[in-house]
Amino acid sequence: MLLTIRSLTKTFPGTKALDAVDFDLAAGEVHALLGENGAGKSTLIKCLTGAYRRDGGAITLEGAGIDPQSTVEAQELGIGTVYQEVNLLPNLTVAQNLMFGREPRRWGLIRNRAMRAQARAMLRDYGLSLDVDRDLGSYSVAIQQIVAIARAVALSGKVLILDEPTASLDAAEVRMVFDVVRGLRARGLGIVFVSHFLDQVFDLSDRVTVLRNGRRVATERTRDLDRVALIEHMLGRELEAATQEPAARRGPRPPMLRFAGMGRRGAVQPFDMQVGQGEVLGLAGLLGSGRTETAELLFGLKPAQTGRARDQGGALDLSTPRAAIAAGFGLAPEDRKTDGIVADLTIRENIVLGLQARRGWARPIARAEQNRLAEDYIRRLDIRTTGREKRVGELSGGNQQKVVLARWLAMNPRFLILDEPTRGIDVGAHAEILRLIHDLTAQGMALLVISSEIDELIAVSDRVIVLRDRRHVAELAGEDIAPARIMQAIAATGPAPAAAAQGAA
Amino acid sequence: MNIRALPLYVTIAIFLLAYLVCWTQFPAMLSTRVIGNLLTDNAYLGIVAVGMTLVILSGGIDLSVGSVIAFSGVFIAVVLRDSTLHPLAVFAMLLALTTAFGAAMGFLIDRLAMPAFIVTLAGMFLARGAAYMLSIDSVPVVHPFFDWLEGLYWLMPGKGRLRLIGVVMLLAFAAGIVVAHKTRFGTSVLALGGGEATARLMGVRQGRTTVLVYAFSGLMAGLSGIVFTIYTGSGYSLATVGTELTAIAAVVIGGTLLTGGAGYMFGTFIGVMTMGLIQTYIVFDGSLSSWWTKIVVGVLLLAFILLQKGLVKLSQDRLAAGAGR
Repeated sequence: MLLTIRSLTKTFPGTKALDAVDFDLAAGEVHALLGENGAGKSTLIKCLTGAYRRDGGAITLEGAGIDPQSTVEAQELGIGTVYQEVNLLPNLTVAQNLMFGREPRRWGLIRNRAMRAQARAMLRDYGLSLDVDRDLGSYSVAIQQIVAIARAVALSGKVLILDEPTASLDAAEVRMVFDVVRGLRARGLGIVFVSHFLDQVFDLSDRVTVLRNGRRVATERTRDLDRVALIEHMLGRELEAATQEPAARRGPRPPMLRFAGMGRRGAVQPFDMQVGQGEVLGLAGLLGSGRTETAELLFGLKPAQTGRARDQGGALDLSTPRAAIAAGFGLAPEDRKTDGIVADLTIRENIVLGLQARRGWARPIARAEQNRLAEDYIRRLDIRTTGREKRVGELSGGNQQKVVLARWLAMNPRFLILDEPTRGIDVGAHAEILRLIHDLTAQGMALLVISSEIDELIAVSDRVIVLRDRRHVAELAGEDIAPARIMQAIAATGPAPAAAAQGAA
Repeated sequence: MNIRALPLYVTIAIFLLAYLVCWTQFPAMLSTRVIGNLLTDNAYLGIVAVGMTLVILSGGIDLSVGSVIAFSGVFIAVVLRDSTLHPLAVFAMLLALTTAFGAAMGFLIDRLAMPAFIVTLAGMFLARGAAYMLSIDSVPVVHPFFDWLEGLYWLMPGKGRLRLIGVVMLLAFAAGIVVAHKTRFGTSVLALGGGEATARLMGVRQGRTTVLVYAFSGLMAGLSGIVFTIYTGSGYSLATVGTELTAIAAVVIGGTLLTGGAGYMFGTFIGVMTMGLIQTYIVFDGSLSSWWTKIVVGVLLLAFILLQKGLVKLSQDRLAAGAGR
């Protein structure tokens, strides 16, 4: 084995990011590393590249134990990394980027001609002939990525870590980068490949290791691996016993919203979607499949480039969040700490924020009215606090999430998008949020719920839309909303129709 | 062609065009006398702009240099008046002092992760205050060696005088070109200006580079102070107020991106010469107010900022259209 990791452990305050993880890499192998958010992939890579110091375990490279303290030291040992972005400097020339820190010099001065020649020779190995005097930034992302790979290989030359190198590339560019990676594998490098795109993993890798919650779940040869099994490994089925009663699936509902051909380049492929009154739509899919992008599109954060949205009354403008709010939409974002709450304001101030913004600052909400609203929602949502004037930053995660919900409920939207509403929330609050979702729909509000936890989706959804590789690939309703069916839909291969809408609603 | 070099070509074209316009109106403008004066009169500005170019390339700013020039003048004049030291020894002391001053500002900027704007603003007040402490009045420099330096020139063909301080500026630019474009340090500076996080990943020693950049700027400001003292023959604490802003203008007109990471030292030279040319034109004309210099410089600055914005957008659009081969 070229690289061996034994019981690698890394602890952060409050969490065990890596718990006795084993991993190994042979020369001439592409080893894919998979896992959802928080599984420990990036922690593992950062321990390997010296960005983090490990707490326990051993890393051996070619039989010798190593303990890199910095990315530069890891490079000198032979471990190079190419990240999704921020690799090289677009404002320097291709040659400067490739030769940075190793420029040929005479009397302290850089010999430009020799530098260009060496840079060209390096690129020739990758089948590229570029004008090395042009700024790197004037080339496409795929070319930049290959230049980054060339630099990493030249500097290190034993292990190459590719951390989602294809996230912003199109299909043809992905093929180009993969050809380069296969060439390197043939030259005997060990390659660690991190990606969210299962098709690419199956296409490129020899072996797959899956991490979940800081533990290694499985390591298998790619060709022996079944897609559904892989997804089960990634998403986990430990909650099986605790699965809530499926939502009492209600029949077709009166239609409310209709989206046709909504899409945005690089975010999500055009999709059709219908939403009924009081309906809960679930969005299932792996990380990076386009779930959050769909939410951002509908709320006008990254507005759609194609398609139309309409309700019973006519066309809707969803070009900005402000317009979406005016249309009666709401979005409780995934990262409530940075996008949801204002930590330094009180609960009362956070709750009236949205309502006040809609009324305009010229017509302040009376303090008595603010107090009444705050008290009302603290009671209705059961926000655990010593009073309405407490700073939101001091509340627990679940209560913060309830404050975000209260802000939207105060504005009385007809369509509320909840992106990972239960992330980082303890079990008790978790159940309360799900109960709240039921209550809301009883009053006719429609919800779009995004969640990585399949059980949660099953518990609340009337219909589930499955996404894969930024496409809406399936729509499940009624009896079909079951763990096995959802996982099969996520795992299915090949391009699927943009949206298998069944005219439900 | 590299799109980054476009502002440089535009700068050169504007300078040549402006010179052509001047020449058609006043044929005498093409004489070596005018060129000699152009170099002499703008020597202190050019030298300080060399340091400023490097600072801006690194993504920073140095507001202290105008005050440092004034301090240098007062320092030289006062020390020569009150002691028997040779001017060369005083020069060496001064350069060590201003270099250390710049290095200290660079250290603070890096260690405290403070914006360069604030740290060098404090440096600006500090240096100006120090100049006042030494003397409030204008102090004449009286020393035979100084008079000799002042009178030193080479007679160019056509009776133009290339004075010592003009030569010092040309040497400063030559040194600046080598440092910025021919050394690993220069590449590191450009890398920092392009993106600190990426530069660190690529192995740039950020702290060392930042300290050296501001030390270089301090050195150039001290050198500029010496040149300015030779030029005016005195040291005055109220001199060169706002010179740092004129230097920044010269750097931007010279085609360097104000946000850092892209630009050419030679462009700054042309920028300084363009500003000097406008002044010379006004002197030749005789009827124009000297404030026209400021107006034209303002218009040029605006034009260059718009040009750079346009270029950045153009290159992004080309990328988006997939023209990157």
